[in-house]
Amino acid sequence: MMQNKKIIEVQNVVTKFGKNLVHNGLNLHVNEGEIYGFLGPSGCGKSTLMREIIMLEQIKSGSIELLGHKIEKIRSRAAQKIRMQWGVLFQSNALFTSLTVAENIALSLQEYTKLSPEEIKDIVAFKIDIVGLKQFDGTLYPSEISGGMKKKAALARALVMDPKILFLDEPTSGLDPISAREFDTLILKLRDLLNLSVVMVSHDLTSINNTLDRMAVIDNKTIVAEGTLEEIKQIHSPFIERFFNEGLR
Amino acid sequence: MPNSRKVRLAVKYEEDFVRLKILGDPGVECVHVIANELQTALKDLASTTIMWDLSELKQMDSALALLIVKDIQRAENSDIEVLLTPMENDVEKMLNMAKEHAHFDSSFEPKAIGFIESVGTNSVRRFKDMGAFFGFFGQMSIIFFNSFYHLRHMRWKETVFEIHESGIKALPIIALTMFLIGVVVAYQSASQLKIYGANIFIVDMLGISILRELAPMLAAIIIAGRSGSSYAAQIGVMKITEELDAMRTMGFDPYAFLVLPRMMALMIMMPILIFFADIAGVIGGMLIAKVELGLSPSLFLERFVEVVKVKHFWIGIVKGPFFALLIATIGIYRGLQVKNDTQSIGFNTTKAVVESIFAVIICDAFFSIVFTNLGY
Repeated sequence: MMQNKKIIEVQNVVTKFGKNLVHNGLNLHVNEGEIYGFLGPSGCGKSTLMREIIMLEQIKSGSIELLGHKIEKIRSRAAQKIRMQWGVLFQSNALFTSLTVAENIALSLQEYTKLSPEEIKDIVAFKIDIVGLKQFDGTLYPSEISGGMKKKAALARALVMDPKILFLDEPTSGLDPISAREFDTLILKLRDLLNLSVVMVSHDLTSINNTLDRMAVIDNKTIVAEGTLEEIKQIHSPFIERFFNEGLR
Repeated sequence: MPNSRKVRLAVKYEEDFVRLKILGDPGVECVHVIANELQTALKDLASTTIMWDLSELKQMDSALALLIVKDIQRAENSDIEVLLTPMENDVEKMLNMAKEHAHFDSSFEPKAIGFIESVGTNSVRRFKDMGAFFGFFGQMSIIFFNSFYHLRHMRWKETVFEIHESGIKALPIIALTMFLIGVVVAYQSASQLKIYGANIFIVDMLGISILRELAPMLAAIIIAGRSGSSYAAQIGVMKITEELDAMRTMGFDPYAFLVLPRMMALMIMMPILIFFADIAGVIGGMLIAKVELGLSPSLFLERFVEVVKVKHFWIGIVKGPFFALLIATIGIYRGLQVKNDTQSIGFNTTKAVVESIFAVIICDAFFSIVFTNLGY
């Protein structure tokens, strides 16, 4: 299998905001087909690292390789090509409020493909079904649907171009436990069906247990541990002990 | 990356069926090539047995899978047999998923609205809008008069901040614009007055038009563009981010915290701004009178005191608070009308500026009639 092909490789990444050092040399890699998680206490820079990988923030030094491109010196054309191969689900969903759910999902297809409106509609209907929304929901505006539905709609939008990598920023935050578990199942199912690789930032212990193949724990500006859940639990670090032991009681 | 030039649908006629073979590795960005070729091919073989040959595909994305599933359904509906070659595991998985989740009959088009319905809904909306505005005005009046009873509850700090923000910071632009308007008006009239040798009357003309009409109007229009829009946008965003709701639950009345300070600030500052606009306009006129007509500033001012009665000045100043009230009310009202989407911020900000300028002009016309009939 291609199981061990690296699709993301982060090397010695240093991040600074003004005088505030956020990351001091991070190293990690994500394999193809994996569900990978960034863990760590609030403010440790998990989301920042994800934003750096999806080219929203600049790194101070080091290197990030994504789908075979070094993104710190990527040309805008190649960057645009990469952007069509990932899907990003933001913590606050970031649906375009002036468009209906269906229009939100259809946007990339209209912009980047030459498919006819009929074909686009079929794809949108399919993605709406796949994330577990009802067809009728497609005609509604983001302000007319609940938080869980917004999450699903945003996921459908992230999936519309059949991405290789899916980035999720705290996907289960703001969901009730039942919806959150449904979301976990959905991610696992989509990974199997679409051969996705998933990178997520998460605080949700159940979600971490259910979905993650491997994870990195970021604390004190560096990676404290990287590996499977079992491997991580063996490592002695104040954050890991508190996070897993107190949380799982 | 899949290459759209290599992607092709090969049509091959065999003994009892037509073989449709997909060549290349089509990603979502080149599925349209297959779609178009399929359309052309189907024209000729509408009722032939079709065999989809997917054997060369290593993987398939959902756009292509949906296209094939749709074609299979079409064929089955008209009792045409469809054959499939053996295919890779991933491709088959995708095809099955497309079959399971496809909805070819859904439509996301908004329901078409007829003429009569649109007139009806629009009328009702306007009517409700008007009701909402009166409701808002009423609520504001209550707060306004209440605050005079409880002066110590008045948010003085916010008021002073707003005086600085929307009053004092607007001074330079208002003075500069009014100075230029004084220049322009004087310049245009100077050439006319010269013909009749009526040079000295430029003082009467400028004095009355600037003090009475031009300065108040210009100050009001600039404030409407500057503060009316910012009130609408700021309060609109506060509504979207639920800051207004947070204030309500904490027991802070948004009207007392946000609305009243802004209203008071504008009502206090507007007459002062008009006063400075008067000065700037007259200085502009005086400059042109000197350059064009040779009228010295001392002569200009002497004549000014003589012919321009002080009532003209007061009429201009008195309009200030009324204009301020209109601008603040409309700007804030528009901000509160913002719905839960970003587009309505732009919409309401535009409305705030347009409506408040319109209201200021109507109000000015009303004053004009009233003062003239009263003999001022």
